Amino acid sequence: MEPIKDLIKRLADRYGRERSSLLPILQGVVEQEKYLSEYSMTEIARELNLPAADVFGTATFYSFLENEKMGRYIIRLCKTITCSMKGENQILLTIQDLLKIKVGETTPDGNFSLLQTNCLGFCHKAPAMLINKEVYNELTPEKVREILTSYINSNGGGKENVNNTSS
Amino acid sequence: MVEEKKMSTTHLLKRADFIFKSDNDWKDVLKKSLSRKANELINELISSELKGRGGAGFPTGLKWKITSEIDSDEKYVICNADEGEPGTFKDREILSRVPFKVLTAIAVCGHVTKAKKGFIYLRGEYFFLKEGLEKAILEFETFCKTIGFDFSISIFMGSGAYICGEETALFESMEGKRGEPRNKPPFPSSCGYLNKPTVINNVETLAHTYTIFKYGAKRFYDLGVQFSRGTKLFSVSGDTPKPGIYELELGMSLADFVEEFGDDDTKAVQVGGASGFLVPRKRFAETTIGFQGKLVGISLPTGGSMMLFNSSRSMFNVLDNYLNFFAEESCGQCTPCRVGCQQLLRGIKAVKRGEKNAGYLDKLLKLAETMTYTAKCGLGQSVANSFSSIVENFREEMIY
Amino acid sequence: MEKRIKITINGDTTEVPQGTSILDAARQSGVIIPTLCYHKDLCVAGNCRVCVIEIAGQKRLAAACATPCEDGMEVLTNTLKVRNARKHIIELLLSEHNAECTSCYRNGNCELQKLASDYKIMTQDFLDLIPFKNYTIDNFSPSIIKDDSKCIRCQRCVRTCAELQSVNALTMSYKGEHARITTFFEKSMNEVVCTNCGQCVNHCPTGALTERNYIEEVWSALSDKTKFVIVQTAPAVRVGLGEELGFDPGERVTGKMVAALKRLGFYAVMDTDFTADLTIMEEGTELLSRLKGVLVDKRQDIKLPMATSCSPGWIKFIEHLYPNFLGHLSSCKSPQQMFGALVKTYYAKSKKIDPSKIVSVSIMPCTAKKFEAARPEMNDSGYRDVDYVLTTRELAIMIKQAGIDFLKLPDMHFDRLMGESTGAGVIFGATGGVMEAALRTAYELVTGRDVPFENLNITPVRGMEGVKEASITIENPLKDWAFLDGVQLKCAVAHGLTNAKFIMDALKEGKADYHFVEFMACPGGCLGGGGQPIPTNPEIRKKRALAIYAEDSGMPLRKSHQNPEIVKIYKDFLGKPLGEKSHKLLHTTYIKRTNF
Repeated sequence: MEPIKDLIKRLADRYGRERSSLLPILQGVVEQEKYLSEYSMTEIARELNLPAADVFGTATFYSFLENEKMGRYIIRLCKTITCSMKGENQILLTIQDLLKIKVGETTPDGNFSLLQTNCLGFCHKAPAMLINKEVYNELTPEKVREILTSYINSNGGGKENVNNTSS
Repeated sequence: MVEEKKMSTTHLLKRADFIFKSDNDWKDVLKKSLSRKANELINELISSELKGRGGAGFPTGLKWKITSEIDSDEKYVICNADEGEPGTFKDREILSRVPFKVLTAIAVCGHVTKAKKGFIYLRGEYFFLKEGLEKAILEFETFCKTIGFDFSISIFMGSGAYICGEETALFESMEGKRGEPRNKPPFPSSCGYLNKPTVINNVETLAHTYTIFKYGAKRFYDLGVQFSRGTKLFSVSGDTPKPGIYELELGMSLADFVEEFGDDDTKAVQVGGASGFLVPRKRFAETTIGFQGKLVGISLPTGGSMMLFNSSRSMFNVLDNYLNFFAEESCGQCTPCRVGCQQLLRGIKAVKRGEKNAGYLDKLLKLAETMTYTAKCGLGQSVANSFSSIVENFREEMIY
Repeated sequence: MEKRIKITINGDTTEVPQGTSILDAARQSGVIIPTLCYHKDLCVAGNCRVCVIEIAGQKRLAAACATPCEDGMEVLTNTLKVRNARKHIIELLLSEHNAECTSCYRNGNCELQKLASDYKIMTQDFLDLIPFKNYTIDNFSPSIIKDDSKCIRCQRCVRTCAELQSVNALTMSYKGEHARITTFFEKSMNEVVCTNCGQCVNHCPTGALTERNYIEEVWSALSDKTKFVIVQTAPAVRVGLGEELGFDPGERVTGKMVAALKRLGFYAVMDTDFTADLTIMEEGTELLSRLKGVLVDKRQDIKLPMATSCSPGWIKFIEHLYPNFLGHLSSCKSPQQMFGALVKTYYAKSKKIDPSKIVSVSIMPCTAKKFEAARPEMNDSGYRDVDYVLTTRELAIMIKQAGIDFLKLPDMHFDRLMGESTGAGVIFGATGGVMEAALRTAYELVTGRDVPFENLNITPVRGMEGVKEASITIENPLKDWAFLDGVQLKCAVAHGLTNAKFIMDALKEGKADYHFVEFMACPGGCLGGGGQPIPTNPEIRKKRALAIYAEDSGMPLRKSHQNPEIVKIYKDFLGKPLGEKSHKLLHTTYIKRTNF
């Protein structure tokens, strides 16, 4: 993995050093690191010549910009109305049972973090979840077990679409 | 706001197929549109009576016109693809199936307003669309170059914040700040992204302008009903045997809609997502879907979210879920929205648990009304829509 | 010609310039609209919504602060709908607020409390949200205490820290129900870029941000018969204190203040103005020696412009944000710290008091002075040079607690030895004052003549302009200063750290060719300090400044070097400016700090 400092510099070279480049840079760091550490934020602040507090204030506004250490795979299970109606709770219990973590926690091996999120826009295929940027929908306990198992078995090496992302 | 009359006619459910019709004629539509004068295009839009499909329903032609008439060195066209309203998922389908319609419309808007730069603000949840869209943009920009049209489009990714669908919050977000809505006026048409005149349209609105530029205003105008012209994409979810996306003419009655999409046990329909209204069964027949009469509750505008609930659903749970959503997704800057959402959420729980008596619901209804009057932006102003319509129609379910 | 428009407020038609907010138009026509997030010093936020009003023809209410008047607009500020909405909003704020008013430091001077009183919020209809929040109090800073349970998220502090001060120690963080004001990564105020200037405290409508008060500690010292509790008072205190005790802004209460301090039981009441005069001697001499070093000796290691070092908020600002420019800072301690170092040496020796028995207290318009007094290096007397720093507000509290009828006090004089001062010392309290005082002395030192301004009033450095510039060409200097002949001495003055930043950025780019710059952390200088009475706003600052200059012009002596006690201290104790003893007691060093 690229050292954070180099990564930030490369992102700033690419997106620019204006304030309007802040989100793409934060996103770029999160893509690699999964979260924004204190160090990342001070480096971004330095690179963009922004107050560190502003970087913190901005980052904490956005649900996908975590500021606590996260696992390699962040599971975001949708909890909004349709998913909740269509068995989100069963899916949640299944994941918690399989990974032995609760919402907000990370597995001891640092591979998975479990979070809940608001509407993912897959209400017609509820329940839905994201694992990093991949969408999984029409989940059943069996299906989610299969998906997570495939992630575990690939030894954290990433798993290509278990099901089709869209339509 | 104009005092609105009751809609004259209601249509039976009429399906249409414009939006998802292939976009492979985009080069012709683009060239044809770019050869026309800005005024002509604006008049075309105005006479089509197209209104914004994001939910607020501002006349699109007028929006373009205002920005086109402002003198500025820099202007922007922004496609709002921060589709975050619970129960809405149409924009994603448009961008994945007919992206060139949207790109063409952004460019034509650039031609009309003399903007040179367009953006698509894509919600973080839709990251998987980015690669495909970037490919389409590359092809699109290359073509623009070959025909000598100077225009570029970039994607700006959101990062998980419902409020950024509010246009001024979206600008703040693009400017690298917290997505806190601005005071209005000034409005985006004169002071938007980077304080420059900006046209910001919903994905679907832009896709409709493609239809209008391709077929002419009349074809669009002839669909739908008075004040609610054209078609609309509906995102259908909940207790329905056929969830999905459907293009329907505006002006249909909710009863017809339920007839088509319900499961014979539909107890209520949430029109317009969490920020919309809940319509109970007894009012299906008198409710039409269009831009009219939001205030009298007879016909409802919507960004297209239609959630059906059957008799197995607890409306308390539904409202609890919505209020949780709002309490989390409020930007938190203004008092009525930040604190109001928390009070409504905790208030209905307190009533349910018997810690507050049923009369407390009336206090909360008044509070919700205050939120409508005083919140800084559309989010806080519309929390009362679902709150009041659910509490008023399903009061017993809130208490017992 | 600006366009004027007509607007009707509660039936009365009035004419205002286009662009006027409804709030301003209403105030002009004598209609009061309550506000919370609004502050004259800051940009409009429009987020508390307390100022909502009704506009005829509109269903929704509008925020008066954020809505511009339109021609023909009809505004109603006192309808049932407006009153109910405001009441709701106040109730909502209270439900999220720790409303234990009787145990709050701002009890009696809280804007939310006042609104609750005005609108007679007698019952708490809504649920108390405090139990759902995990609030902790940040009391690690020696200057500022931050209690989030009292915060109403108006963001006045955030805007103050960003707009007025360019420090950006505070930010709005998280969103929705979790939204709150934090520092970077929710660190304590003493671990971040905070300069302790206290402008956030002065702009906070509630008790969420307050000074750390040392009132009880000072009471204890005063009641300890074995101690000699000696107090100094900063120049700006005498033009602010009256506001807390029944006088209108702009009233000078020097004599009553001295009388009150004596009644409180201080052993000696002396004046920071004395060490302000001393600062001029040291700093003026340092400036001349720097000029010689650069112009004659061509030394690269000596930096110009020289920057003043009286304002501890400014010192911490430059330490955090321009750490490579510390060489520009004058090595002079601030007047408070000079006083502290002398009271336990010179004064103790002269009065034959055991310095370990002296408790050194200062009354300052400033919260950063508390931090400054606590800096580890500030013990050159062999003891803590200044033991306790109280703000103007804290002194007012003590006066009230002691049952002193301030209005009826006689005027009294400062005690001798370190109580005499000149007009030059007094004007330290206003922006431009240090510069003016320095020029009065330095010019005379170099040329033997008065500074060439009418009545010694160097008006170009006065006033509330953010950055002021002045220059004086030196002609016919005395022979020791021949190298300065024809030199145009270029000076600048900045007050408020945003203006300081402006000059520092210019300096960074090599575009600030000044010789001498005065920097004050607070808008208006010390008279607008973070420890001054609340409210402080542009009009009040102007009135306090007038009072300062009136005090100056009424003084028999108006140049620091004329102060007989200054002459005496050099003769009896210090030797000469920048001499060995001065160097040990009156000068200091600075450290580099992180910028977050």
